[in-house]
Amino acid sequence: MSYKITLDVNGKKRQMDVEARELLVDVLREKCRLTGTHIGCDTSSCGACVVEVDGLSVKSCTTTAVQVDGSSILTVEGLASKEGMHPIQEGFKEEHGLQCGFCTPGMMMTTKDLLAKNPNPSEQEIREALEGNFCRCTGYHNIVRAIQYAAAKMRGESPASAA
Amino acid sequence: MSSYIGKSVKRVEDRRFLTGKGNYTDDMVLPQQTYAYIVRSPYAHANVLSIDTAAAKAAEGVVAVFTGSDIPESIAGVPAGWQVDFKNGDTMKEPPHPLLVRKKVRHIGDGVAVVIAESKTQAKDAAELVEVDWEELDAVTDPRAAVQAGAPQVHDDCPNNMCFDWELGNPKEEVNAAIEKSHHVTTLDFVNQRVIPNAMEPRSAIGHYEVARDYYTLYTTSQNPHLIRLLMCAFVLGLPEHKVRVVAPDVGGGFGSKIFHYAEEALVIWASRQIERPVKWTADRSEAFMTDAHGRDHVSKAEMGFDEAGNITSLRVKTYANLGAYISTFAPAVPTYLHGTLLQGLYTTPKINVDVTAAFTHTNAVDAYRGAGRPEATYLLERLLDLAALEMGRDPVDLRRQNFIPAFDGVEQPGYQTQVALQYDSGDYHGVLDRGLEMVGYADFRKEQAEASSRGRYLGIGFSTYIEACGIAPSAVVGALGARAGLYESAQVRVQPTGKVSVYSGSHSHGQGHETTFAQVVADKLGIPLEDVEIVHGDSEAVAFGMGTYGSRSLAVGGSAIVKSIEKVLEKGAKIAAHKLEASVDDLDYAEGKWTVKGTDRSIAFGDVSLTAYVPHDYPEGLEPGLDFSSFYDPANFTYPFGCHIAVVEIDPDTGKVALKRFIAVDDVGNVINPMIVDGQIHGGLAQGIGQALYEGAIYDDYGQLINGSYMDYCMPRADDFPSFEIDRTTTPCPHNPLGVKGAGEAGCIGSTPAVVNAVIDALWKNGHQVKDIRMPLTPERVWKAMQ
Repeated sequence: MSYKITLDVNGKKRQMDVEARELLVDVLREKCRLTGTHIGCDTSSCGACVVEVDGLSVKSCTTTAVQVDGSSILTVEGLASKEGMHPIQEGFKEEHGLQCGFCTPGMMMTTKDLLAKNPNPSEQEIREALEGNFCRCTGYHNIVRAIQYAAAKMRGESPASAA
Repeated sequence: MSSYIGKSVKRVEDRRFLTGKGNYTDDMVLPQQTYAYIVRSPYAHANVLSIDTAAAKAAEGVVAVFTGSDIPESIAGVPAGWQVDFKNGDTMKEPPHPLLVRKKVRHIGDGVAVVIAESKTQAKDAAELVEVDWEELDAVTDPRAAVQAGAPQVHDDCPNNMCFDWELGNPKEEVNAAIEKSHHVTTLDFVNQRVIPNAMEPRSAIGHYEVARDYYTLYTTSQNPHLIRLLMCAFVLGLPEHKVRVVAPDVGGGFGSKIFHYAEEALVIWASRQIERPVKWTADRSEAFMTDAHGRDHVSKAEMGFDEAGNITSLRVKTYANLGAYISTFAPAVPTYLHGTLLQGLYTTPKINVDVTAAFTHTNAVDAYRGAGRPEATYLLERLLDLAALEMGRDPVDLRRQNFIPAFDGVEQPGYQTQVALQYDSGDYHGVLDRGLEMVGYADFRKEQAEASSRGRYLGIGFSTYIEACGIAPSAVVGALGARAGLYESAQVRVQPTGKVSVYSGSHSHGQGHETTFAQVVADKLGIPLEDVEIVHGDSEAVAFGMGTYGSRSLAVGGSAIVKSIEKVLEKGAKIAAHKLEASVDDLDYAEGKWTVKGTDRSIAFGDVSLTAYVPHDYPEGLEPGLDFSSFYDPANFTYPFGCHIAVVEIDPDTGKVALKRFIAVDDVGNVINPMIVDGQIHGGLAQGIGQALYEGAIYDDYGQLINGSYMDYCMPRADDFPSFEIDRTTTPCPHNPLGVKGAGEAGCIGSTPAVVNAVIDALWKNGHQVKDIRMPLTPERVWKAMQ
């Protein structure tokens, strides 16, 4: 049995038919063809699939699409604006916060949630906020720097002072 | 303009990853694509009595179901890429590794059938309808147990589960005698536990057979697409190579696990031919845990002899290496030529013997994982050194210094010939140790440690001064050692008419940043802007040939191939420039993107020369048009990075929990092209090495069940498991490649593990617990038990 749902994905309204068991991540990747959101595990552990649902970071691999009917979804593809890259994207680039890039979309969406709640996190607070996101490439070292950069920039400070 | 090499240029590849526009294999959807799901064994060892696929075939959306019996006998299994024969000359045992098993499964996850359907969920649903009648058999998972008489047999024609045995170094009698005569012998029984690589992108493959062209394309998550094509065409499916294209697009990490040719790659190509539609298979994480080649899994006994003054006199090592149920592509090389050959370490040990037994067990295959053999060798040596210091009442730093090989640059002074086959290229081992001690503040730390002990706090410091062999590898050398492939690299530098440059590299980036580092080299050597250079890799159609990325070889070997092609471009360019400037080639200088007649201001720009090469109206007589060169670079030797890693830990004496307070790494990877990228490689390696020491380890139970095969059970290190790393470098250039580079991909993972364990042992020892060893990972429970 399928359900008709409406999602606002990156500012664009989309209507679609989904199965009851269909996961948000599969809808985003397959129906919306937004493949920046990744599937890294099957236990809701790795965070490669994190997107924003109505302003909160959510693991889209353990959210069914019908659950979020009517919601606004922001994926990594919606992070940059016409003016350019989001400060979080800029931070990851400037501080070499990514290598293979697979965990990066989820890391950035988790960061967005963190910085909305805590604009000036300590290193420890950043590391704890990333508990639900795995990275196998960076040892997290430069991801921390990237988030510090983004936080400073979003506070209107010079990012260099974060390092 | 010559200003890119040595600079932390921001990565050019980042934009697509940051905006969600990466192109990983599972992101692709081909017209008419189908989805495969593999039915895998839930038992480690079982006879397959029957398989009933009728219900699956009748399920909604199912296109086809194949079992092992559907695959013709003419299709061979997945081959080994390295042959290590027995000591007595007998040939290595190489049992078949079929694409799908017919009669007997040999590890959890062994595939027996594939279901292909219109959608991923239909394939998965139908796979549950495949009924297999299993007859479970006894399993063996430990390599020592496997070689005992009466152990369950993995393959009928491999007696005692032996794949091969192997020995290297000085004659055993000489080493035995040296150990006998030693004033002190430090002995340890080691378990270098099995770890699971866990690249964040699960493996994926799409096979696409085009009937009209009679042409195959494989998209796959691979570190070396050309090698996959060669192995799959020549050894598995018997396909003509010119009718097969292999593409490894953006790949989400590898760490070794995506070097190897996997059954699923050949299976999707074969299945696509059968159904004449594209077939995609993507592993879920549980499959990745069960079937991505694992790493390490050595059980060893090692003894290090010392004379009265503390000089190392001898080293004797016996290792049992667990290969798993089948031989993965490079598996035989790992416990032998990447392990035994590194047992000289940084020390002048005059007598060394290493003896290795490689065994089959009912577990998933083990192969190269970040470091591959070198971490295991380093772990033995560096644990023995710190323990010997504790046992003899010596300082671990002084004991190392006393035994270090003196500095040599490989130019004025010759390379260092080890007792275990290798000749080190260049090294200055005191330099990295000095810098590490300075960074950690060693003298002050010892005071702080003593003071902490007096208040019941357990602080410890651990050292690891490692060497590794990378820049893999001279083809003739590895050929003599059993490699079934050359280990050169290729690169094509194509100068476009307008002076823009496309570079086609046989190396493969899956996070290493080649598109930036290689472009820095090219831009600097040609004196052109970085934006004028494009690096192309990962496609057998675009790149002539390649041996891929592993063994920290991309820059040392692949980068050197690029330099060779650039030299050819400049040599031909000079002829064209000389013609245009009406000068002799010998009178020209090349700098900042132009040829200049020496002592004049007459010059011609690179772009004008390239345009002339493609519009050769006024052109040197007899010279071919075009400016496009390919090169193959076969290295003269391995490269030998080295370094000093220092861990500082505090143990909670009530719970045994280890807190890693500081981690200092001083690495010498030769010349550095992009410091930012090299730092990132070191950070990542450290996390994996520390992960093995404190958190990670695959656990197979006695029945061969992988009992921690998910992220709920396998302890993947998280951000708050690490401190910020403190890293620095010294620079000892490699004397035998044009860039003077050694390689940085694995160093962090090779040096770090023993430093952490040594620090824990030091903390315990300094607080009255004379514990020689704790099995990794050093969980709170294990540490607490060691204190009781």
